[in-house]
Amino acid sequence: MSQQIGAPISAQSQGEAPQAPGHRRTLFSLDNRYIAPAFITCILLAGHLSFGILESYQKTLLAIVTSIALELVLGRIFFHKWLHPASAYITGISVGILVRSPAFWPYALCSAISITSKYVLRVKGRHIWNPSNFGISVMLFLAAETVATLSIQWGNYLLPMLVIWALGSVIIWRLRRFHITGIYVASFVVFAFMRSWMTGSPWQSEIAPITGPMYQLFIFFMITDPKTTVRSRRGQCVVVFLVALLEMVLRLYQVVYAPFYALFIVGPTAMLVEIWLDSRRAHVAAPMVAQ
Amino acid sequence: MTGNRIARVLVGVFFVALLATPFLIRRISAGREADRSKADAMTALARHGFYLEEISRAAGINFIHQSPKLDPRLDPIMPEVASMGASVSIVDFDRDGWPDIYVTNSAIGSKNALYRNMHDGTFKDVAGELGIADVNQPGTGVSTGAVWGDYDNDGYEDLFLIKWGRPELFHNDQGHGFTRVTEQASLPPWINANTAIWFDYDGDGLLDLFVGGYYSENIDLWHLSTTRIMPESFEYAKNGGRKYLFHNLGNGKFEEVSSKLGINSRRWALAAAAADLRGTGHPDLFVANDYGVSELYFNDGKRFHEVGEQTGVGFAPKSGMNAAFGDILNQGRYAVYVSNISEDGILIQGNNLWVPEEGSAGDAIKYQNLARDFGVELGGWSFGAQFGDLNNDGTLDLYLTNGYISLDRNRSYWYDFSKVAGGNSTIIGDAKNWPAFDGRSLSGYQSKRVWLNDGAGKFVDVAQAVGATDIYDGRSVALVDLWNRGVLDVVVANQNGPLLLYKNTVVPQNDWIEFELEGTSSNRSAIGAQVTLFWNGQKQLQEVSGGSGFAAENDRRLHFGLGTNPQIDKAIIRWPSGTIQTIDKPAANQLLKMKEPA
Repeated sequence: MSQQIGAPISAQSQGEAPQAPGHRRTLFSLDNRYIAPAFITCILLAGHLSFGILESYQKTLLAIVTSIALELVLGRIFFHKWLHPASAYITGISVGILVRSPAFWPYALCSAISITSKYVLRVKGRHIWNPSNFGISVMLFLAAETVATLSIQWGNYLLPMLVIWALGSVIIWRLRRFHITGIYVASFVVFAFMRSWMTGSPWQSEIAPITGPMYQLFIFFMITDPKTTVRSRRGQCVVVFLVALLEMVLRLYQVVYAPFYALFIVGPTAMLVEIWLDSRRAHVAAPMVAQ
Repeated sequence: MTGNRIARVLVGVFFVALLATPFLIRRISAGREADRSKADAMTALARHGFYLEEISRAAGINFIHQSPKLDPRLDPIMPEVASMGASVSIVDFDRDGWPDIYVTNSAIGSKNALYRNMHDGTFKDVAGELGIADVNQPGTGVSTGAVWGDYDNDGYEDLFLIKWGRPELFHNDQGHGFTRVTEQASLPPWINANTAIWFDYDGDGLLDLFVGGYYSENIDLWHLSTTRIMPESFEYAKNGGRKYLFHNLGNGKFEEVSSKLGINSRRWALAAAAADLRGTGHPDLFVANDYGVSELYFNDGKRFHEVGEQTGVGFAPKSGMNAAFGDILNQGRYAVYVSNISEDGILIQGNNLWVPEEGSAGDAIKYQNLARDFGVELGGWSFGAQFGDLNNDGTLDLYLTNGYISLDRNRSYWYDFSKVAGGNSTIIGDAKNWPAFDGRSLSGYQSKRVWLNDGAGKFVDVAQAVGATDIYDGRSVALVDLWNRGVLDVVVANQNGPLLLYKNTVVPQNDWIEFELEGTSSNRSAIGAQVTLFWNGQKQLQEVSGGSGFAAENDRRLHFGLGTNPQIDKAIIRWPSGTIQTIDKPAANQLLKMKEPA
């Protein structure tokens, strides 16, 4: 869910010039780098104040502090500068919301794994896993006896869900990534009906997950991460469709955390393919330039 | 090697160390578990001071619980919606000085059982001849629990039968039979409840009755008008059954006063217990709710005030299934144990052990959940639990039963469960939206927990070592000294399973003392009476209860383990009437029968 080292989610980070009309600019005048942190903080506060979604402030705080502290230290070591903490803040707060454990240590460990993965698991200078997706998936693999993830919150009521969907859509649209969310949601719904048809389960039960809060965080923050999605718009659409497709397959095998694992597998694979294609193009272009 | 490269290598090592951390933690705890699970009876005696032996058949008990079969429209998820009803309560119904056992059955037409203690190690089911067996007849619903209390102070414990259906009150006719007095008592025609307790909330010497609804009382589970009967949320549901507080008017009649006195909840109650948590002389009420937060009602003798959030126990929503009090640190204060759900990698709610914060007391009392610190947090899909000193070492231990639905061992319903539980209320709330169970298990075949208290803030699970090795779908636990030997035996009621009777053998060097109390100006059952025992420079507080745990009631007698060579200074009894009685230097290893002084 965190976006990139030192530069959180932004249209500019994709190399695309901002084109929002003037009145929209006025409406959303907040610096882009603060939009995602502000949005996720609103989700957390609204959820906690209305429903008490956090078991304790301390655990979420621990995740955030660990995340930011490690980002600052590692940024200093690797880039010799203090990185902007917005990205690490999103990672920390995501871990704080999504990880569910009665113990404190999983929150710190998950944040630490998430942030460190950005610096260790790099190919050609790019980190290929969404940090919190990596951290949470690893924790679910390795510490299943202590860790689960958010699946039930927000009172399961319609209104909070609609508010988050509306706000999230506006923000994601402004950041020029709504197509990713849109393709994923459409694919999920189609696949849900297919699963219902294949398994005989009520279609409502197949649709149910996407109406829950875990998916709201997943579709607005995780799959849209600019640094761990491919660059071309068409490529992004294909990749997110493949995420939904793999998730569908995993769901047929009754994998509870299918979306996390699908992104964990498809995301880096797509990144590697893009890096390989880039390198091939550069290789082909180099002799031409020489000529 | 450049500095940057060295940093990169070091961060790489750090990263590997992070990934290895869960392995190390698991390995350390697995080593401890393995060490504790290797034992036979003699080793268990030597190491832990006791062992348990399951002897139900030898004792003449051959009771198998049967789940209800509800409206056919619920067939796809019948294992889930009909997953409760097994219960056990202890009563000396005939006042012969030997505890008897009452157990509920939950299929239409099935029979409840009252096992009379024959004093020779065996039991005989006398429910049929006494008129409290055939209580699950068509059209009346089925039993889900039972609590005993002498509501008319005639010296004999009467029976309130908790049901999904028509609740029943049976008057005990001096141990020779039971007379159904439901209509005379003005009880409502239908409640879908799993919990009830007797307590004298207003101190008038008459036992009152709290009943906590689960499914809405407007639903006849055998004849549904809609399939929208499920909770609207997995954690915030408020569409469950209403709560009832029946004030005992003293003439065999009860008046329902819950709303008038401040109890207005439609959460899905599964367990309730009452104790004087603040030293006010009035019993406070704790309610553990499924699909939501727990509720704590302070009782000022006239009204109830819900203070769950204020005290800390009603903040994080879980799946509360148990409420039991225990002075686990021998400090004269109760901790509250609430069981929840833990399933590796899917749902780790963790059980709650609510311990009063240092320095907080009275109306400002605050609780913190120390289940993890004390080691009693993870117990699978936990249900009934009770505190009791199982090895007579002077500290209260904790017996927990668990396991939800044991069907096909190799196929789990968890995936479908988690899928729907996270969905919108319009989806989760309608039973027809839930995928079919299709013979799958849901947290089935689980190992039980017997947590031994070291007295210094740590509990250690010794269940496998001491013989609590069953893996039935446990629901209800009751602790009782069945044969007047000075040890606590364990009775466990299992859903769709046998009633288990674990006979306890304790090392003889550990002493004990028990109290059997009888009120005079207080209610005759002495429910709410507190005994504080002072020995060897420490003290322990216990209270006579009218129901605790999950759908359970322990023996009315209070049992204190004392350890070796105890020097008992005194026992102070505080009767519900407020009368204080002190017994100086009582001898150990005896049952003290105390009557409230005039």
